[in-house]
Amino acid sequence: MSNAISLRGVTKSFGRTEIIRGVDLDIPHGQRHAMIGPNGAGKTTLFNLISGRFSLTSGTIELNGRSIDGLAPHEINRLGLSRSFQITSIFPRLTVFENIRCGLLWARGYRYSFWHLLGGQRALNEEADRLIERLNLEDRRNVPAGLLSYAEQRALEVGITVAGGAEIILLDEPTAGMSHSETEYAVALIRAVTEGKTLLIVEHDMSVVFGLADVITVLVYGEVIASDVPARIRGDKAVQEAYLGTEAA
Amino acid sequence: MSADATQRAPQGRTLSAAPGSAGLARRAWPWLVAIVAALLLPWLFFDWSTHRHSGFALTMLSEIGLMAIFALSFNMQMGQAGLLSFGHAILFGLGGYCAAHTMNAVKAGAMWLPVELVPLVGGLGGLLFGVLFGYVATKQRATAFAMITMGLGELVAACALMFMGFFGGEGGISTDRVIGISLFGVSYSSSWQVYCLVVAWTAIAVLLMRLQTQTPLGRMANATRDNFERAQFVGYDPRMVRFCQFALSGFFAGIGGGLYAIVYEIVTFDTVAAAKSATALLAAYIGGAGGFFGPFLGTIVVVLLQSGVSLLSNAWLLYVGVLFIVMVMYAPGGLVGIIAQHAPIARAGRLRELIVPYVRILLPGAFSVFGFVLLVELASFTTIGAAQGKAFKIGPQAVDPATAFPWLLGAAALIGGGLWLRLEARGFRARWDALMADAKAKGVML
Amino acid sequence: MEVFLVSLLNGLVYGMLLFMLASGLTLILSMMGVLNFAHASAYMLGAYFAFTISQYIGFWPALVLAPLLCGTIGAAIEMYGLRRVHRNGHIAELLFTFGLALIIEKVVQMTWGLIPVPYRIPAGLDFPLFTVYGTQFPAYRAFMLLISALMFGAIWLGLTRTRIGLVIQAALHHPEMVGALGHNVPRVFTTVFAAGTALAGLAGVIGGNYHVTEPAMAFTMGPIVFVVVVFGGLGSLTGCFIASLLMGLIQTFAVVLDYSVADLLKWFGFTVTSATPFHEVLTVPLPRIGALLPYVLLVLILVFRPRGLMGTRDT
Repeated sequence: MSNAISLRGVTKSFGRTEIIRGVDLDIPHGQRHAMIGPNGAGKTTLFNLISGRFSLTSGTIELNGRSIDGLAPHEINRLGLSRSFQITSIFPRLTVFENIRCGLLWARGYRYSFWHLLGGQRALNEEADRLIERLNLEDRRNVPAGLLSYAEQRALEVGITVAGGAEIILLDEPTAGMSHSETEYAVALIRAVTEGKTLLIVEHDMSVVFGLADVITVLVYGEVIASDVPARIRGDKAVQEAYLGTEAA
Repeated sequence: MSADATQRAPQGRTLSAAPGSAGLARRAWPWLVAIVAALLLPWLFFDWSTHRHSGFALTMLSEIGLMAIFALSFNMQMGQAGLLSFGHAILFGLGGYCAAHTMNAVKAGAMWLPVELVPLVGGLGGLLFGVLFGYVATKQRATAFAMITMGLGELVAACALMFMGFFGGEGGISTDRVIGISLFGVSYSSSWQVYCLVVAWTAIAVLLMRLQTQTPLGRMANATRDNFERAQFVGYDPRMVRFCQFALSGFFAGIGGGLYAIVYEIVTFDTVAAAKSATALLAAYIGGAGGFFGPFLGTIVVVLLQSGVSLLSNAWLLYVGVLFIVMVMYAPGGLVGIIAQHAPIARAGRLRELIVPYVRILLPGAFSVFGFVLLVELASFTTIGAAQGKAFKIGPQAVDPATAFPWLLGAAALIGGGLWLRLEARGFRARWDALMADAKAKGVML
Repeated sequence: MEVFLVSLLNGLVYGMLLFMLASGLTLILSMMGVLNFAHASAYMLGAYFAFTISQYIGFWPALVLAPLLCGTIGAAIEMYGLRRVHRNGHIAELLFTFGLALIIEKVVQMTWGLIPVPYRIPAGLDFPLFTVYGTQFPAYRAFMLLISALMFGAIWLGLTRTRIGLVIQAALHHPEMVGALGHNVPRVFTTVFAAGTALAGLAGVIGGNYHVTEPAMAFTMGPIVFVVVVFGGLGSLTGCFIASLLMGLIQTFAVVLDYSVADLLKWFGFTVTSATPFHEVLTVPLPRIGALLPYVLLVLILVFRPRGLMGTRDT
């Protein structure tokens, strides 16, 4: 079986600045894959390339063996890839419940329907409520999402991302700006809701990365300098020099 | 995820009330009350000595009905999908032209259609043009969308004067609603019968638009308005959402246009012109684009100002414009938003304490409004009205606008009222803040 | 040939007038993100102010006073209105200026009446300057060209030689960066808004007696100015200049070329009669289509090339 995500010679330039310089990466199905690297290494840019937010300068990206070249973000989403954003991206004027339900609509085949009344879609509403319960947001169910606390909004964002049941999940710094206890809860949540799925996560918190990931890829200045299991990444000389070393110092 | 319990509101009320006959009845009764009230209202103006309805009242109420459909359909784009259109009237007007041509064809015996279904033809016409123009306009959003719709609006308006065949040029297309075919055997020769038809179609259209907000498309329109990028990453093409929403809003605008053709029996260039588009925008914003019924409320205000005030002066658009600016600056939520702001205080059970502060700011407010209206009326009388040979009156008292007295009176009321208002506003704000703080403390904010 | 040359000159005059209007709007839209609907209203106010002032103290003082008056009004609008609305986003700002445009039109109607006012070309400039192929070229048009050329020079000098001009230039390309540089952003905005409004007022002073001074002049001019700004592209005064001239030429030439699609088809040996389908569309003469052209262009550009001719980013 092919890889869930497969990158070959991916580059991306903005004007004359090359942000991503020839990245090759394979993520098999079901793997929890973390991407780390110093600020400005191009992690978020890579995310934006994989999810179709930016177009490639050169190279190919395949999801489940299918090239995503020229596809719009919503088309890539329909191939079974869902992502979260580094800067919280929710529907602020809709309630928590509506947010989650919007995450479900396309996946459950409602498309652009204006003939279904959402109030009567029992299975859909129950599914949304179940997810809200898993997110521990049930007593905020009818609150406009824009009024939630930061950590609640991050949880909601993860919820919207996984709601549709996409097979490949991209999370961009899901625990950024959280307190220690909030982070712990978020990690448990992410682990639970991405069970059996392919996960690609960008994270700065090393305890999250080493606690969660099966494989870690280190990106420095737009290039992959190492990609291996956590234990060996910890021992890798180049990584320590380029990244962990400076971080620890 | 947060453990911060103090921030949490008490258990929210469940919005999706259990579907069932009891829930349905509870949701249906405001509609029934509204329809009955709409049907009773004209009898207030009934002339019992001649046994005739007041034509003026019926026309005005019909205008409110069809304009409310128009404003609500506009808000399907602006309020629901965040698409500010400056050319919405072209969908309304083109629907009207389609309806007028259809009625003429029926009258000539070329086709069969009961009068009751003519607004539907208008709606289909609106839908057709909604698809056509929507395809172009919804390629963009925000400011670019606003400008495209403005361009399309000007284009259609210019075409309306250029092509005689479909638009009838300056004279428009005249029609006759007494076409002799009716589902209920009604001739529609009296304005009361027409009014009943308007009420029926308004109820149908408003109900359908209300229901549309609760469909997947309606919800995703909200979602793309809030955050179109996130909408993309849950599988929706924001452009397609905008397009469907635009086309559907064209359908409802067309129904309004069809009713217009029936009520006035003529469809002219005015129905597609920029001023008509502006009316929808003004009504929706004054009433409040955020809530579903805001535009309805706004339409009532605008039509009342239009038909009530313009009898005396040509200045109704100025009043509407000023009201609009005041809303944009001080109450972006519109009238509905202002009412909604009182909800926490009402829930805290202290709304009564606002009565005195309200009287204290409304008094100087009334003064400055009086001064403003007086000045405007004087000015428009001197430049426009005087030529028509009318006399200027304040109440029953005739005043000569050539003397300084009325001008000074107006200026004094405007300025004095304004200063007094500033003084009182401080006290009002303090009271308001205190009550809001109390509501917050009681945990009834949401 | 004679028609061509005269039209070329007239197109140039009209184009320069458009540029005077559009340059201010481009600056305002690019820097502040405000699609100022009231911009053409300033043009109208300029014309009316000039009319009234020139009745009392003559045209030449009006040429200075009317734009200043417009600029003052612009500054007041920015400081007491726009700034307050700003926090509610660009759409709210747009709506605010839209409401203003409505009110200004009504106030003008109430103050000066519904019919055009007799705002005339000053007697000192009311003579033919020269004659081309038997057609006279009025001195006032040359004067308009002179004023707009002077203004063009003044804008250029102001933007390249003054401190605030450099800030404005930077802001044109990266509006979000100006605040970070520690400049007084509100003051820059007020200056730009006031200057833009004053320019529009000046355009009104010299355009009002060239065209007609009437309450509808703002709403007829408004969309055309929008077209020019979008056509030229956000953040580009050069693009705006080229677009202005192009639009001036297109509109002028469309008026003189009295042909229709039917005439074109005749060339190919195909005669349009009243029985031909769409004969109404085919027989519309070019001058009438010329009136539609700005709107067609507006829609086409926004749909297919939202960054316009030389814009640095999408509208």
